[in-house]
Amino acid sequence: MSDPSDQQGQQGGQQPGTGGVHERVLAWSETDLGVEGRVLEVVRAPAAVLSTVGERVDPTSPETVQLAADLVATMRVSPGCVGLAAPQVGVGAQVFCVDVSAHPKTRDHHGTFVLCNAEVVAGSRNEKAREGCMSVPDLTGDVKRASRIVVRGQLPGTGEEVELHANAFEARCLQHEIDHCQGLLFVDRVAGAHAIFARQTYL
Amino acid sequence: MNSPRSTPPSTLHAVTVLGHDRPGIIAEATGRLAGLGLNLEDSTMTLLRGHFAMMLLCAGDAPAADIEAALAPLTDDGTLTVTVREVPQQPAAAAAGSSWVLTVHGGDRPGIVSAVVGQVAEAGGNITDLTTRLAGDLYLLVAEIDLPAGADVDAVGAAIRAAATDLGVGATLRPAEADEL
Repeated sequence: MSDPSDQQGQQGGQQPGTGGVHERVLAWSETDLGVEGRVLEVVRAPAAVLSTVGERVDPTSPETVQLAADLVATMRVSPGCVGLAAPQVGVGAQVFCVDVSAHPKTRDHHGTFVLCNAEVVAGSRNEKAREGCMSVPDLTGDVKRASRIVVRGQLPGTGEEVELHANAFEARCLQHEIDHCQGLLFVDRVAGAHAIFARQTYL
Repeated sequence: MNSPRSTPPSTLHAVTVLGHDRPGIIAEATGRLAGLGLNLEDSTMTLLRGHFAMMLLCAGDAPAADIEAALAPLTDDGTLTVTVREVPQQPAAAAAGSSWVLTVHGGDRPGIVSAVVGQVAEAGGNITDLTTRLAGDLYLLVAEIDLPAGADVDAVGAAIRAAATDLGVGATLRPAEADEL
């Protein structure tokens, strides 16, 4: 991560991509869903679902609400997990959850939230960092991603459309999960032929 | 050659191809290996000062002599060297400890690599990936390093930097831990 852009980010509250934390998303929590999440099994590459574009979902449907709760429940029981997308639990749908609030590389964050049919609508300031993924447990790779993004999607349950600004680690995490929903893994975006590594330690 | 192995049905061979670069070397080599029913496991290839350099491990039933014979046409024009050697199957050791990226760069002079990686070895560190490049006068080294659990990382970093300073080059050691997403 590049320090200069970190410093600029702290000063630049009104710059694109640092448009402040979205209060509605920040206030959201999985208890809003009103259903108990179940812990699902995380699938690993080369499972076909991980390489398939997820279906758009109706964010207000009971199935989507249950899936959202299941994703959060599964993320919670997975050590070090800061995000989980539906394809990772074997469901080819555009739904994911994130929670980067406890991660040391996080700057601003929105706590725990789930988005449906999300897309990145703007991104800037690429930074390279090494990523790992529960669905590709034996490899890590250096991936360049925007460190400031604008993401649009819908909250499960109410179906509210939200557009939020994310930066630093939350921005990276959101792009990784949105990629999952589009059938892409970090290995699809790795920075070069010698930017993929056998994992040295296991969580 | 190592002693014959009984457990897995297939054996593992290390193949190296070195020499003058041209388009199609990898296609030809891997095509011939596929023709023997061999499965490519890990491989790496780069250009070293413009020279083609590839190493790969392939698994299958073909004996080394058959692999050598199949790859022999690659060497027909005398610009490529191919070696084939059986290697034991061994599970990757899951290292406890921490992963680091070491970068060293500065003016070229003899002994930079040996002096710097000597400090890594001294600390019980294991280099798992290494690239060095000489570009004009600039010497550059990038290494992936596993340090053992309990290593005094600050001391290792200081020792590396001291060795580098003695040679008039700079060294940085930064964590390579991946972020779980």
